[in-house]
Amino acid sequence: MTTHAATAQPQPSYLVDTGSRKGLMAWLTTTDHKRIGVLYLYSMIAFFLVGMGIGFVMRLVQLTSFQHLITAQTYNALFTVHGVIMIFLFVIPGLPAIFGNFFLPILIGAKDVAFPRLNLASWYFFMAGAILAVLSLFTGGGAPDTGWSFYAPFSLKTGTNVSLAVFAAFILGFSSMLTGINFITTIHRLRAPGMKWFRMPLMCWALYSTSWIQLLATPIVAITLVLVILERFFGIGIFDPAKGGDPLLYQHLFWIYSHPAVYIMILPAMGAITEIIPTFAKRTIFGYGAIAFSSMAIAGVGSLVWAHHMFTSGMSSVANMVFSLLTMIVAVPSAIKVFNWVATLYKGSIDFQPPLLFALTFIFLFAIGGLTGVMQGALAINVHIHDTYFIVGHFHYVMFGGTGMGLFAALLYWFPKMFGKMYSKKAIYASWFPMFIGFNMLYFGMLILGMMGMPRRYYVHLPQFHTMHVVATVGSWFLVLGLLMFFGALLYALFKGGKAEDNPWGGVTLEWTIPSPPPLENFETIPTITHGPYHFEQESK
Amino acid sequence: MSEHVHRDDFGARLGMWLFLVTEIVLFGGLFIGYSYMRYKYPIEFHHGGMELNATLGVINTLVLLTSSLTVVLAIVAIQRAEKKRAMAFLGTTLGLGLTFLVIKSFEWAAKFHHGLYPNAPHLATLPPGEQVFFGLYFTMTGLHGLHVIAGLSVLGVMLWWVATDRIRQDRYVHLENGGLYWHLVDVIWIFLLPLFYLAA
Repeated sequence: MTTHAATAQPQPSYLVDTGSRKGLMAWLTTTDHKRIGVLYLYSMIAFFLVGMGIGFVMRLVQLTSFQHLITAQTYNALFTVHGVIMIFLFVIPGLPAIFGNFFLPILIGAKDVAFPRLNLASWYFFMAGAILAVLSLFTGGGAPDTGWSFYAPFSLKTGTNVSLAVFAAFILGFSSMLTGINFITTIHRLRAPGMKWFRMPLMCWALYSTSWIQLLATPIVAITLVLVILERFFGIGIFDPAKGGDPLLYQHLFWIYSHPAVYIMILPAMGAITEIIPTFAKRTIFGYGAIAFSSMAIAGVGSLVWAHHMFTSGMSSVANMVFSLLTMIVAVPSAIKVFNWVATLYKGSIDFQPPLLFALTFIFLFAIGGLTGVMQGALAINVHIHDTYFIVGHFHYVMFGGTGMGLFAALLYWFPKMFGKMYSKKAIYASWFPMFIGFNMLYFGMLILGMMGMPRRYYVHLPQFHTMHVVATVGSWFLVLGLLMFFGALLYALFKGGKAEDNPWGGVTLEWTIPSPPPLENFETIPTITHGPYHFEQESK
Repeated sequence: MSEHVHRDDFGARLGMWLFLVTEIVLFGGLFIGYSYMRYKYPIEFHHGGMELNATLGVINTLVLLTSSLTVVLAIVAIQRAEKKRAMAFLGTTLGLGLTFLVIKSFEWAAKFHHGLYPNAPHLATLPPGEQVFFGLYFTMTGLHGLHVIAGLSVLGVMLWWVATDRIRQDRYVHLENGGLYWHLVDVIWIFLLPLFYLAA
């Protein structure tokens, strides 16, 4: 897509240590955006596997009489920790921190992000927060048992180690904000000559909107969590009804961040899908402008829907109706994207490869997650299914089926570029089957359980729910099997995989014009951009 | 790892402004809480405000406003390559910031002396709205105080950098950014003053 100089003297790849430090120290002190992205990748996959293990155990508890192994208190700790790890250490930072760091500068034709040292500092904040979160499990009064949402007043009264866990989330928020500042500045200042706003690949638009949410929403949860800590240590009384405070204020402040946070999770995944689909349909994206603006619309409207988590908390019915309407409206820009992806595939010359399979899986699972979300936005239905397994099923469809599958698709798409190795496509296809079947058994099972009336976060269940619980638990085994096969295939490829070509998929965005793995400075000479991002030759006449 | 030699003053200022946005939203959460509580307990907030010393609050406001002026004067001096004058103005700013903290600590001490702090036995006998008022007072002025300390530390480093010529006539974006942060600290205080001291 660009003019680039012939590579006479190829630079060494970013994986080769060129500075004075070698090995691990070279990685821990790097300011290279690609290495930082890889650091995030390794740490997050590790946290994901821990979170997955905890989820697996929780399903076992629901299956049989394992309950004599795990007490109710431990079960409360397990779902709290599962939520904290998966949300704060995997799905929120996942795509921006890994693929945003690695590919944002390359996609816009830059050598690095605007503030490389701040970027490394963000990773250290992330690791510090992660270590504190893990410490909170074993120190103080034991693992927090409040659920990941830390609702007051219980979070103020429980003797477990809430303060440390909340402080960990505060530090993680810092990492997220600094990354947001870095990306916005990068996109404003470091685009290559000719890379106009509407010539940027759509991943950049997704990261741009995500960064604004990180910037505008994260400080609210930061101050809310600080208030929880102050309340626990000094009793300032803002959330404590006995002192004139109001627990509902906590819920508002918490969701003012934590609802937009779900768009922090999903937008970059949508961005990655938007990169993958044109590459394998071999044609330009349908509706570039609509996708770019729908990202910004999701960021905007998504900031105004938080109270739909609180329909049964005792708000006025006017507030309920307003938030219900806004919730329905936010589904529109998401649907626009789905239609654009499908329209891009229509009459494309489709080259079916693993990344496309996972991208299509994303669309399918995200559509279920999105539609069940609209159901919950309706007030009458919400009262019936609030705090049931329906909610649990819904957000796993969105967060795991959406963000998780989007992340896996992005990983499959960019893995050859990041490491210069190609994985076994057969092994990936083989892992997809148990993953897909298990996923739907587990989470569609939860949707049905919720409709039947099974409340979430319960340690035991009534006999009438048992059959579906068995189905869901068996599904979780297939899912875990598929995930292990998936990561196993990639790990094998990392060490034993064949060499990947510079452009294995026939992509046309900037990252495919440079070697795999990319050289330290990304580009021999900064490219000059003359047209839009998805310019396939066979298409143009 | 080779350092990426790249200088973009506009980008650096943009990054700082974005950071200031996050700071405003951080305090914004507290302002939302304040508005809601004041709407709920107007009389109690009136009584709470009467306990605060408005004179000291206004003096502190003047101190901070003056310190914002001296930061600007320091930047102007650097632009004119007047190093000594810039250092003098920065030193004045640091002095004024410390003055603010000293006055603030006298106020806090007086409140503690009167038993008007969270979890105090005396405060517990007052109506709930006043307890929330003092909870918010200590949280918001305390958080602001931490920002004053952070700002002073930043400006202290700036003073050192001016002294060692890391900040000079052709390279002063760090000082500008430090100044921006200090103005933010000032602006937040200007909102805190009427919300607490003039609430009566």
